[in-house]
Amino acid sequence: MTDTLRVLIVDDEPGMRLAAERTLRQLEVEFPDLEMKLGFDIRMAASGEEGLEVVDSFSPQLLLLDHKLPGLSGLEVLDRLASRKVDLLTVMITAYASLETAIRATKLGAFDFLAKPFTPEELRMTVRKASHHYLLQRRADELAREKRQIRFQFLSVLAHELKAPLAAIEGYLFLLKDLPAGMEPAAYAKVVDRSLLRIDGMRKLIFDLLDLTRIESGQKKRELVELDLADIARSCLETVQPAAAARQITMVFEPAGPLLMTADRGEIEIILNNLLSNAVKYNRDQGRVTLGLTREDGRVWIRVRDTGIGMSPEEVGRLFGEFVRIKNEKTRNILGSGLGLSIVRRLARLYGGDVAVESVSGEGSTFSVWMEPACESGPPAGAEPVV
Amino acid sequence: MQDKKRTILIIDDDIDFIQQLQLSLEAAGFSVRPAYGEKEAEEALKEGRPDLVISDLMMEHQDGGFVLCHRIKRQDPTIPVILTTAVTSATGLRFDTITADERSWVKADAILAKPVRFEQILREIRRLLPEAQ
Repeated sequence: MTDTLRVLIVDDEPGMRLAAERTLRQLEVEFPDLEMKLGFDIRMAASGEEGLEVVDSFSPQLLLLDHKLPGLSGLEVLDRLASRKVDLLTVMITAYASLETAIRATKLGAFDFLAKPFTPEELRMTVRKASHHYLLQRRADELAREKRQIRFQFLSVLAHELKAPLAAIEGYLFLLKDLPAGMEPAAYAKVVDRSLLRIDGMRKLIFDLLDLTRIESGQKKRELVELDLADIARSCLETVQPAAAARQITMVFEPAGPLLMTADRGEIEIILNNLLSNAVKYNRDQGRVTLGLTREDGRVWIRVRDTGIGMSPEEVGRLFGEFVRIKNEKTRNILGSGLGLSIVRRLARLYGGDVAVESVSGEGSTFSVWMEPACESGPPAGAEPVV
Repeated sequence: MQDKKRTILIIDDDIDFIQQLQLSLEAAGFSVRPAYGEKEAEEALKEGRPDLVISDLMMEHQDGGFVLCHRIKRQDPTIPVILTTAVTSATGLRFDTITADERSWVKADAILAKPVRFEQILREIRRLLPEAQ
C-alpha cells in the first residue's frame, strides 16, 4: 500500500521550486520498519505569506522552508506556525547556515537543515529522513491515544464496579429506615447478609486493585529469592481452609517434596490464593480441590483442579479479561472483583509463563500456571500500566 | 385474604435489586415471584399467570427484556409489563413507549430508567392495575 505525504515547498526562487518539485514528484520511499511505501503530494509557495495560506488550506505534513524570503522571513514563518500548533515537520533551506540562525530555527521547532545549493540526492535523503521521523512520531501518538483509551475504559468499568455495591447497600439501608411495619426476622437477616457480602466484595476489589497497580507500576520491589513453593502452598491452603470446611470441600495437596524456585514470595502467594479461593468459591458443596506442584521440562507448574460448576467454551474465552465475571444462575451468590485471573496472568507472565484453563460445564475446571524458574526479568515490555 | 393478593413477577439478574423491590412490594401488600434471569422467568411464566411483570432489559442476553416482553404479550396480552433498564444512565440511549413507532416494537406498558425509585414503580403498578389499591 502506498501512502501519500503532503509536502509544501516555500522558496522565492522559481528555479529552486521547480527543481525540488521535479525531484520529489518522482520520489517513492519505502520504510520496511513501518511497513509503508510513501509517495509525495506537492504544493509550492513563493513567499512566507503565501506559504501560511497554503498551510491552512492544504495542511502539509512536511514543510521545506527557505530562510531568506522577500516578506516574512523563514524564521518568522516558523514562529507563526509554532503558535498555530500545526502538525507538521519543517526542514529549513539555508544558503549560508549561520550558527545563530540554526539555533533559533531549532528552538522554533525546525527538524532539519538543508544547505543551498543541494543536489537532488541530498534533497531526497533529507525528505526521506524527515518523512520517517514524521511517520514514527504519528505512530507513537496513535499508540499513546490507544493506551489512554484502554485506561479510560478500565477506569469507567472500575467506577461502575465500585458504585454498584454502594448503591445496593444504600438500597438496603433505606429499606431498613423506611419500611413502616418493620421487617420479619428472616428478611432482616437477608438484608444484613447481602449488605455484608457486597461490602466484602468491594473490599476484595480494592485489594485486588492494589495488587494490580503494584504489579503494573513496578513500585513494589520484587524480592527474588530461592523459595520452596510447597512450603508457600501449605500456608495458602491454610488460608482458604475455613471457607472450604464451611462447605465440606476437601483440599488435596500431595507434594513430591520441596519445589525450589527463585521468585518473589508475595507474588507466588497472590497466584496461589487466587486460584485456590476460586476453586473453593466455584465448587459444589462436598466437592474437592486438588493442588499440584511439579517441575516438567524445566518449567514449574501449578495446577488447581476443582469439581465445581465448570464453564462453557464461550465463557472460557472471556475469562481472563479485566472485570470479567461469568454470570449465570450458578454464580449468582458468588462475589468477586473480576480482577483475580487477570492478576494471575500478569504475574505468570512476569515469570515468562502464563495461565490456561480446561473446563467442562457442570464437572469442574483445571487452572494451570507455568513459570520459567530462571526468569528474573522485570516487567516485560508488554506489561502496560492500566491505572 | 392471601388469595386476593396480586402477584408480581420480578425478572432481574441483580439479586439486590430483586431483594429490595420484593421487600418493598410485599410491605405494600403484593405477592412477589422473583426470577433471576430469562430462563427462570420462562419457568415462572409456565407455573402461573402473574398479575404484572417487572423485567430488566439486559440480562443473559442484551435484549432479553425485549424478547420476554414479546413472549409474555403473545401468551397473554392482558398482562401489564414494566421494563426497567440502566441502559439510559450507562449509555444515554433512550427507549420509551410514547410514540406509536416505539409501541410497535417495544412490547412494554412502561419503561423506567434505573436507578428507579420505589414510588415511581408503585405509581406505574397502580396505573396498570387500577383495582390494586
